[in-house]
Amino acid sequence: MAYSAGVLPEAFSLVVATHISMCDECRAALEAHDAVGGAVLEDAGEAALAPDALAKCLADIQKLPPKGPISFNKPAASTPKDVVLPDPLLDYVEGGIDAVNWRPVGFGVKQAILPTSKDASVRLLYIPAGVEVPDHGHHGTELTLVLQGAFRDEFDRFGPGDIEIADPNVEHTPVAEEGPACICLAATDAPLKFRKFLPKIAQPFLRI
Amino acid sequence: MSIATKPRADQSIDEDWAALMVAIRDHEDTQAFAALFAHFAPRVKAFLLKSGANETLAEDCAQEVLTTVWRKSHLFDPSRATVATWIFTIARNRKIDLLRKERRPEPEDLPWGPEPEPDADDVIALEQERKKMQSALIQLPDKQRILIERCYFGDLSHSEIAAETGLPLGTIKSRIRLGLERLRREMDADKE
Repeated sequence: MAYSAGVLPEAFSLVVATHISMCDECRAALEAHDAVGGAVLEDAGEAALAPDALAKCLADIQKLPPKGPISFNKPAASTPKDVVLPDPLLDYVEGGIDAVNWRPVGFGVKQAILPTSKDASVRLLYIPAGVEVPDHGHHGTELTLVLQGAFRDEFDRFGPGDIEIADPNVEHTPVAEEGPACICLAATDAPLKFRKFLPKIAQPFLRI
Repeated sequence: MSIATKPRADQSIDEDWAALMVAIRDHEDTQAFAALFAHFAPRVKAFLLKSGANETLAEDCAQEVLTTVWRKSHLFDPSRATVATWIFTIARNRKIDLLRKERRPEPEDLPWGPEPEPDADDVIALEQERKKMQSALIQLPDKQRILIERCYFGDLSHSEIAAETGLPLGTIKSRIRLGLERLRREMDADKE
């Protein structure tokens, strides 16, 4: 709902948009929330526009190039543009999954922080099969969306398209499953809390 | 503020906006556009003012949103969204661009676009849902309706609403959920 209303920080919006690209059920839920937005707009009241507003718009429209016949051609059996990254992510990672600028963060785990507004951060994580991400809790909300592979933690198993929502009460140790490396998109609005000392000192350097 | 906040019945609720959109799309019909403009531009402007835009920004942005409606008319799919919903999404995205100066990532488009001749039953069914939704929203208890509306145009997060209304966060979230649930039940009940 917050995504539909447009009040989420960019980092969280990116996770939601990516998830919706992979999940039809949530796309339907989003469109239902948008419909509430439409109803709210109908009832938003009216604020008079400048007397020449319509004329101005019509003038702008006349300046647009003629549209020509509309084509309803469907893209031939949609081939995904990237095997791992859905479209919303491609705006943030130029060149797709092979061009991600991975930085090692230890234990074989790699990350790439994506450029978004400062109120929350979002990163791609690459966790080799079988590797454990150190036990950590959360100061804020963390959304983790699996793009490839899968991970397990104390609570559940998360496969492609699944989102884990962790809040300040959650402490977990995610482990990547055997098979292809687990690639996730993770957004947080506050730094993570690591329980062990070593990750803690490394934290400011890794910006997690 | 001079904007009426109380929802009211409107005869224009019965206007066939989707047909006007098709006229704009297929025939570049400026009269259809003028009718759409007269109804939606003041609502978009009110929505933007309530979202914290100032008068000049709301005016310019409302005009831009309506120009976008013309420009993107070929993307409107009456079997997936009503005109009000579609314009809401355009206005919301423009608002984020302008007020927050950040991007709003959009989901991947479905592999199929609008049909040249959308299934008439789908369009009618959607339109009926819209009317039910509209009256369900008006019939919500004021407390729930106001909170839902503020979420959409107040540009407020739940915790900001808490700070402004003095209601505890838990109460707000449950009221919003209750309100949305009632909306949905109202719509389901009418289906039977």
